[in-house]
Amino acid sequence: MHQFMIEPMFGSANWELAGFNIAFTNSALWMLIAAVALWAFVLGGLKRELVPGRWQMAVEVFTGFIDDMLEANIGKAGKKYVPYIFSLFMFILFANLLGLIPLPLAMAGLHAFTFTSHFTITGVLAIMTFAIVLIIGFAKHGLHFFSLFVPHGTPVPMIPLIFVIELISFLFRPFSLGLRLFVAMMAGHVLLEVLASFVIDSSNAGAVWGLAIGAPAFVLMLAICALEILVAGIQAYVFALLTSLYINDAENLH
Amino acid sequence: MPQIAQLAEVWSSQLFWLLVIFGAVFFVVGRGMVPKVMDTVGLRDKQIADDLAAAQAAREAADEQEEAWRNRENENRAAAHALVNEAKAKAQASTEKKLATAQAKIDARAEEAEARIAAARDEAAAEIESVASEAAQDIVSRLAGIEVTKPAAAAAVKKAMANG
Repeated sequence: MHQFMIEPMFGSANWELAGFNIAFTNSALWMLIAAVALWAFVLGGLKRELVPGRWQMAVEVFTGFIDDMLEANIGKAGKKYVPYIFSLFMFILFANLLGLIPLPLAMAGLHAFTFTSHFTITGVLAIMTFAIVLIIGFAKHGLHFFSLFVPHGTPVPMIPLIFVIELISFLFRPFSLGLRLFVAMMAGHVLLEVLASFVIDSSNAGAVWGLAIGAPAFVLMLAICALEILVAGIQAYVFALLTSLYINDAENLH
Repeated sequence: MPQIAQLAEVWSSQLFWLLVIFGAVFFVVGRGMVPKVMDTVGLRDKQIADDLAAAQAAREAADEQEEAWRNRENENRAAAHALVNEAKAKAQASTEKKLATAQAKIDARAEEAEARIAAARDEAAAEIESVASEAAQDIVSRLAGIEVTKPAAAAAVKKAMANG
């Protein structure tokens, strides 16, 4: 569980702002690394050439992907949410992938930190999305936004019950959104750590144990690593997709 | 689980740095760079659409010109045909005219010849008549000793010849 520990860096443990601790931790460092990497990635696609190179093509694939997703889920009005959804998707994707970087960094004494495996992060991102949904919903539809909780064709006697159920499911959205990402990232890393400990402990117990348990565990680890790369992409996609679906609710009601 | 164990001491720093860094990502990358990238894509799409439209227009113009050229060609061909036909008709007409004049000449000569033949025949007939009447006169005077006048002999010959 050491990999999830948050530690202040560069002696910043006592930094404070308005009485709150704002130490620059390893978590903040990896946020910064993800942000800089994302900035560098998009900068490479900013050459604005008519015939794109590979890098520009890659960046355009991502923006086009987000644009298409919003177009499909929200419609023409979705265009103005591209900056937010793109930032969200790419930031989470880069965080997830950078958090998976294994050996080379660890040998240099640097351990990759997956800040998306902390619900303090995923929760804030989810609340941010939820707040945007609420703001758009009430700004656009006023109190009519509450009709979101009464689906079309609900029989009149059922309306109070359905309203309560829909309201609760609506209020649970930020929790499910934040917890899903946090749990998926954490579970993957724990699984890898457990398998890695199998490899090391069995090898320490002797060559026979090492070959019998350590080798298969190592092979399994490789497969799980591939799976984790997939999960990193899928979780970022799910987060962005659900965000766009929720924004669609606020934008278009039902 | 450090996420829960450390919650009290780290939540404020997590929140702060996330807001700062994600805010920077949103404003610098999301608001600053992504629209430019998408503009480039839009520009390219527009350029491609324009080029396609231009190509289509050029193709239509070429089709139109080909059509015009075909029409002109057809007209020229028709004009040439008309010219040839006219020449043929002219030649035919002149041939006919020449034939007609030649025919007329031949006819005239034939007629003249016929007239000449008729004249010669009449002359010959008249000669025969006069010879016959002289012969008749002679025969009558020798056989009967009667002098017959020339007109009488001629009348008798004419009568006999008309019957003969």
